[in-house]
Amino acid sequence: MGINKNDSKQPLITLRGITKAFPLTLANDHIDLDIYSGEIHALLGENGAGKSTLVKILFGFYRADAGEIRLDGKPISIKSPRDALAVHIGMVFQDLNLIPAFSIAENIALFLPHLKAILNPQEINEKIEEVSGLYGLEVDPRAIVSQLSIGVQQKVELLKLLLSDARILILDEPTRVLAPHEVDALFGILDNLRKKGYSIILITHKMKEVLECADRITVLRGGRVSGTLLRSAATEKGLVALMFEKPLSGLKVGATPEKAEFSKPVLELQGLDTHAGGATISLKGIDLKIHPGQILGVAGVSGNGQRELCDVVLGMERTVKGRKLLFGKDATNKSVQSVRRSGVSFIPENPLAMASVPFMTTLENSVLTNTWRYSRHRGFSIDWTAAKADMEITAKRLGFSVNPYALARSLSGGNLQRMVILREMTHDPQLIIASYLTRGLDVQSTLAVRQALLQAREDGAGVLLISEDLDELLTLSDRLVVLYGGRIVGEFLPSETDIFQVGLLMTGSKSDRGSKH
Amino acid sequence: MAANTRFFPKVAFSSPIMDSIIRYVLMILLALVLFAVILLISGQDPIQSYIDIFATTFGNAYGFSEVLVAMIPILITALAVALPSRVGLINVGGEGQLYIGAAFATWGALTFQHLPAWLLLSLMTLLGMLGGALWAFLPAYLKAIGLVNETITTLLLNSVAPKLVGFLIFGFWHSAMDTVKTDNFVDAAKLPTFFGTRVHLGLVFALILLVAFWAFMKYTRWGLEMRAIGGNAQAARRNGIPVKRYLIIAMCAGGAFAGLAGMAQTSGFYGVLLLNFSIGLGFMGFLICWLAGGDPFGILLMSFMVAVITTGGNMLQLTRDLPYAAINILLALTLFVVLAKPTFFERKKP
Repeated sequence: MGINKNDSKQPLITLRGITKAFPLTLANDHIDLDIYSGEIHALLGENGAGKSTLVKILFGFYRADAGEIRLDGKPISIKSPRDALAVHIGMVFQDLNLIPAFSIAENIALFLPHLKAILNPQEINEKIEEVSGLYGLEVDPRAIVSQLSIGVQQKVELLKLLLSDARILILDEPTRVLAPHEVDALFGILDNLRKKGYSIILITHKMKEVLECADRITVLRGGRVSGTLLRSAATEKGLVALMFEKPLSGLKVGATPEKAEFSKPVLELQGLDTHAGGATISLKGIDLKIHPGQILGVAGVSGNGQRELCDVVLGMERTVKGRKLLFGKDATNKSVQSVRRSGVSFIPENPLAMASVPFMTTLENSVLTNTWRYSRHRGFSIDWTAAKADMEITAKRLGFSVNPYALARSLSGGNLQRMVILREMTHDPQLIIASYLTRGLDVQSTLAVRQALLQAREDGAGVLLISEDLDELLTLSDRLVVLYGGRIVGEFLPSETDIFQVGLLMTGSKSDRGSKH
Repeated sequence: MAANTRFFPKVAFSSPIMDSIIRYVLMILLALVLFAVILLISGQDPIQSYIDIFATTFGNAYGFSEVLVAMIPILITALAVALPSRVGLINVGGEGQLYIGAAFATWGALTFQHLPAWLLLSLMTLLGMLGGALWAFLPAYLKAIGLVNETITTLLLNSVAPKLVGFLIFGFWHSAMDTVKTDNFVDAAKLPTFFGTRVHLGLVFALILLVAFWAFMKYTRWGLEMRAIGGNAQAARRNGIPVKRYLIIAMCAGGAFAGLAGMAQTSGFYGVLLLNFSIGLGFMGFLICWLAGGDPFGILLMSFMVAVITTGGNMLQLTRDLPYAAINILLALTLFVVLAKPTFFERKKP
């Protein structure tokens, strides 16, 4: 085909005609894929295109209904992850699989293929340090995993694979949970690994990342391969065309309404403090105002008080000092129920744990925030017809939908996020708290959701938008604050600032880095 | 796949109720086979023993009525576990709540003897439920404010309640003749019985509660919210459902159910409050609820089954000279089989 720079070489891994059906969907439909040694091969595609299924088959997590896997040209059978590791294929899952209470060394030791009956921590530590030094994966083997950031945990997952002699590394959406600077670090590491001859399969649906680090790109659409390209031959437009049948329309960002600043704010926090407890950190002296028709962006590396900020606005977290005003009325320490009833919507960072009940259907989940609205006969019955009609109207407006009778636990991450967004965008919310709004969504849904947010703004809603995606924040926000260590450390108009300045504030290193540049 | 469904229309086990009946019956059969081995070892004829059990429970109207009598308290205490379990609470305190409910009802029976039956019995019912609910309130409140796990507190309070009731009986209520029980209740304080058997109005209470519980969970707004809390408490809180309030209400409602069972047992079965009148009725309810997975229909079926085994076992003790402990072995085997959930009893997924 001439698109392959390694034409002379035989592929390390060859997948031919891989087919996998789930009830109601054909996840993989005769997929062919070649992986060469020493390449980063990106699998690109929207939610449900079959990327995860394909690599899980390669890793022995699922078994293909049909098709063949060849290693160095010889057919092999991979029935379990153990088989996969035996032929040096390793995988890092989307949700990392470390034991929080263990140290890094213990976590890695657990995974080693030939672990001795009596552990020698010294030996394991040395091994870790030796390998980690080679690839820029420096970690402290004695550190306890629960105290590590997601970025470091990911390094540990990679180390696990390297120490167990994996040569083919599968990474399922590794950048989803990373801050911008962590993403750059990860790509640096992957580049090192490639130079040493490792093969890397990288799943993502972020176009920019693909163009930044992949050697070859395979695009999946609806369970089929819609194209394989060399990076040099790939353009953003071309990839989008392969990912979607119809080209995307651009995002229309309206102007900030002029009169916004004069109307009564939908949310006002005055010198607000919270207490730290358990895994939460405390907010200190938070002052902010959101006017109707305004999007206030909150930038920050996750874990710097974003969750606490959302929770205190929602009423989950107690205010210990200061005041919270909603729509001009004092709402300090009011219950979640009353806050929500006054017109506040919440799209949390983790829809699985924070917003949905796994054993309920999508429709039941949609009613949960509004049981008072749909209850009939004083609560003795629920008007499911009305709930479904409302859900459909919102689905039509936003341009995506979810099956109302599917159990929440059967939905993919992206669909779960869609379900929550549909629910929270119904009933004309006056204040929307959106935390990592587009996490897990593909390009098309991301666009639809952002458009919906802008529409809500036009209709006069205020939005508190929390994100790590600085492009998103700078494009959508009318004003921008930076959260670091539970405090607001900067406030800008998006036109006054750039990614670099915000990034420095986010990492809390503005002063010392500033002197170097 | 579409072709398959056309060739095999859903006829056989189409109704989930038929399906679960078949599963439960198969499990009971397996337990009986295992118990037969025990009977053989102890020199009994298992076939004849089973015929005895069957004859004494299903063979005549009286035997069957005795099964229903035995079923009343355990059916209600099973519901006392099922309701809190919907919000994720584990109520092991049915036994204690039952005792306190019985004590409250007894106070009503002894204090307001002159009232007409309908009024006195209504009052005793309410008192019984109030007593159970109050006994459940302490664990519920401590759980809701995040202080103590409700499994521990409900379990420990089980050994407190009978002592408290004993104190009341010894200290204040005991009859002139006998210090381990109160005076017999006046007729107005006894639940009416049916057709000359010992089956009392408690059976109606139990069945109404069962249906109400099922409908409440399935159709009402509060049932939906409670299921949401059981499914994911954190999400429920963020969705604006008042979780703490529900935790307290659900646990107290469970306590009220168990208290009602205590009232029914004293007023309907004994007609007097006896010291230590319940040996594990609350625990049996817990067992039944677990065996049935909290499902109302399963609770009905399992409590009936357990009632058959215990009444039949009493008879076996008399006619076959088996120690009563043997029946506990049969119960334990049933539990073992149900909890082990042999895969060939599992419902096939469509």
